[in-house]
Amino acid sequence: MTVTFPAAEIRRRTRELLAAHPPATTDRTEFLKARFDAGLAWIHYPVGLGGLDAPRFLQHVVDSELAEAGAPDNDPRRIGIGLGMAAPTVLRYGTDEQKERFLRPLWVGEEVWCQLFSEPGAGSDLAALGTRAVRDGDSWVVDGQKVWTSSAHVARWAILIARTDPDLPKHRGISYFICDMTDPGVEVRPLRQITGEAEFNEVFLTGVRIPDSRRLGPVGDGWKVAQTTLMNERVSIGGARIPREGGMIGTVARTWRERPELRTHDLHQRLLTLWVEAEVARLSGERLRQQLMAGQPGPEGSAMKLAFARLNQQISGLEVELLGEEGLLYSDWTMNRPELVDFTGRDAGYRYLRSKGNSIEGGTSEVLLNIVAERVLGLPPEPRNDKDVAWKDLSR
Amino acid sequence: MTAQTPQPAQDEPIPMPVLLYSEDEEDLRAAVRALLADRADAPGVIARVESDTPYDPRLWKALAADIGAAGLLVPEKLGGQGASYREAAVVLEELGRSVAPVPYLTSSVVATEVLLALAAQDGPVVELLGELAAGRRTAALAVPFSAPAADEAQPASAVTGRLEGTVTGVADAATADVLLVPTTDGLYAVETSADGVTVEPLVALDLTRPLATVVLDGATGVRVADAASAVPAVGRGLLVGAGLLASEQLGIAEWCLTETVRYTRERHQFNRPVGSFQSLKHRMAQLWLEIVSARAAARNAAGELATGSPDAPLAVAVAQAYCSGVAVHAAEECVQLHGGIGMTWEHPAHLYLKRAKADSIAYGTAGRHREVIAELVELPAP
Repeated sequence: MTVTFPAAEIRRRTRELLAAHPPATTDRTEFLKARFDAGLAWIHYPVGLGGLDAPRFLQHVVDSELAEAGAPDNDPRRIGIGLGMAAPTVLRYGTDEQKERFLRPLWVGEEVWCQLFSEPGAGSDLAALGTRAVRDGDSWVVDGQKVWTSSAHVARWAILIARTDPDLPKHRGISYFICDMTDPGVEVRPLRQITGEAEFNEVFLTGVRIPDSRRLGPVGDGWKVAQTTLMNERVSIGGARIPREGGMIGTVARTWRERPELRTHDLHQRLLTLWVEAEVARLSGERLRQQLMAGQPGPEGSAMKLAFARLNQQISGLEVELLGEEGLLYSDWTMNRPELVDFTGRDAGYRYLRSKGNSIEGGTSEVLLNIVAERVLGLPPEPRNDKDVAWKDLSR
Repeated sequence: MTAQTPQPAQDEPIPMPVLLYSEDEEDLRAAVRALLADRADAPGVIARVESDTPYDPRLWKALAADIGAAGLLVPEKLGGQGASYREAAVVLEELGRSVAPVPYLTSSVVATEVLLALAAQDGPVVELLGELAAGRRTAALAVPFSAPAADEAQPASAVTGRLEGTVTGVADAATADVLLVPTTDGLYAVETSADGVTVEPLVALDLTRPLATVVLDGATGVRVADAASAVPAVGRGLLVGAGLLASEQLGIAEWCLTETVRYTRERHQFNRPVGSFQSLKHRMAQLWLEIVSARAAARNAAGELATGSPDAPLAVAVAQAYCSGVAVHAAEECVQLHGGIGMTWEHPAHLYLKRAKADSIAYGTAGRHREVIAELVELPAP
């Protein structure tokens, strides 16, 4: 059955929700639950799972109506991994039972998710992962080590990929699970970074038992399932709308205006070049946003991620230099665990160090360039010598 | 772990022009592209630029009159199409892709815009606009192609209606029927065939866009504006020229990348297509990123001009400061990644390199546009 969803209908439903649950007098979580149940959480999701089977581009109708009414939002930054990665994967590969169980508390923010993919020996070459899952009756017993796991210390659930058949080539013997982070054998340790703080964790899995009912997709097909997760990760990057001088360039431009004593001709030339590049990156982001609104998604998201990684590093590097003597100082090396990473907060030294991760996290710039070259431009793939070799026979 | 973008959007609405292409624009693009594929293929362009008639009158008639491209910026009541800068920008993208030798930018954009800025209701200006819009005649603004702004256009002098002076490096003067000459006494329209006008062709770096020195020695013309109106009109023409040049630069860069990808997929060395080497792939992927950005910047400039936004001068300066470098980079990479064949006269890569490099000087260099930005957004030099 085809149902059409004019914006007016979406607006009507949103106003109904607001009338039944006035934001001023409704508890935040209760409001979010009601919004989910009304199908206005992510309107492109199925009816009963927070959506209306409506076109995704109409979501902005809901969002702007709710923002205007001062309704609480679901804090997508803290629960970003659940929303951006776990949810689309559960939706596509989960059983009805799994969808019922996981999507609502995930969207409402009652349950935080993390992602157990990367390993010390499997970063960009993710399919080389060595964490083992061995079948034992109705369960799987998992042993291994994961790394770069944000939110692991607050997460209730994790999406996990593990090797279930080492005799197959590396992409084929992987399965995809939902791991309960409160189970025995899951140990989370903070991973202190270059900045001094610990945004991420190492996760050690020792004899963790995962019931087979928490597997997503067929045994051995986990790589394919993970592609859904990773595609969604890239889509979620670079979609935000920013005003002119909205990112790091705004901070350095303000310093330039307020502190004439720091100005040199060399820095002026570099500042102007970066100002132009930041403005052009902003315009590219806007063009991508307009494409998505018009229902024409393009590969430009990869471009945005690459552009911001490079720009953030260059701008923050320039800023440290501009500050001269002050640039020699650093705010605080004490190890703490930030709830959110604030890229434009703290000081220039922090921004400089943290931005070094921008070209590594979420796919290194080098890997993204390969993806652009092969998938967008159609250039021939890299030669592979690991494609038909059993994982256990690969050199490590 | 998950990458994060900079600060999230503010809630206040941010006015932005539409940066996508409309269906009508895509139709216009398809028509222009088909025409250029038919009448301006690379061997044809190379042969043409070496002849005595650098511009092909049949191609110009088809583009300007049959497709109606020459009159895009001119209102319908003056004989044009009444379209906007967005459409003209699409035509320039295609002209950049083919480096077609036609006086579109100089006559249909810059000279036309200067005349439009005079806001005449009748008389010689309106008459000339109608002829330019129909593609029957072409005009060139008699200022150096490198001049970034009206105040650097070195006006000729005019005493009792007789013009004296030499203007160097005027683009498309050699093929124009009419010169628009800024003088100390206002703006004059001067027939190139008139007494006292000499147009001396120069040997130009860009073979596809001829340059000439204009010598005025007691020439007469029609005074179409006084000095007070001439300066802003010339400024407007140069602003629009710079803004839409970004779209030509985008077209150049696109052609260079497309051809380089095609070539490196086919060319084998070391028993592999050279396009499978990561060092080359990354360079082409990098160009793609720059082109994605250049498209956003060029569309923004055309869009801000189209809406008459007060931000148009900034949008134009940003587009020029960015797109010039992208076109040159793409053309340089095109020559390099084509290896030996990229250095030959018979392969068209050199036409694009020459056009890109010349364009990077036209209507002001990137550095000059950055100075403009520094002023507009208050990031002063030490």
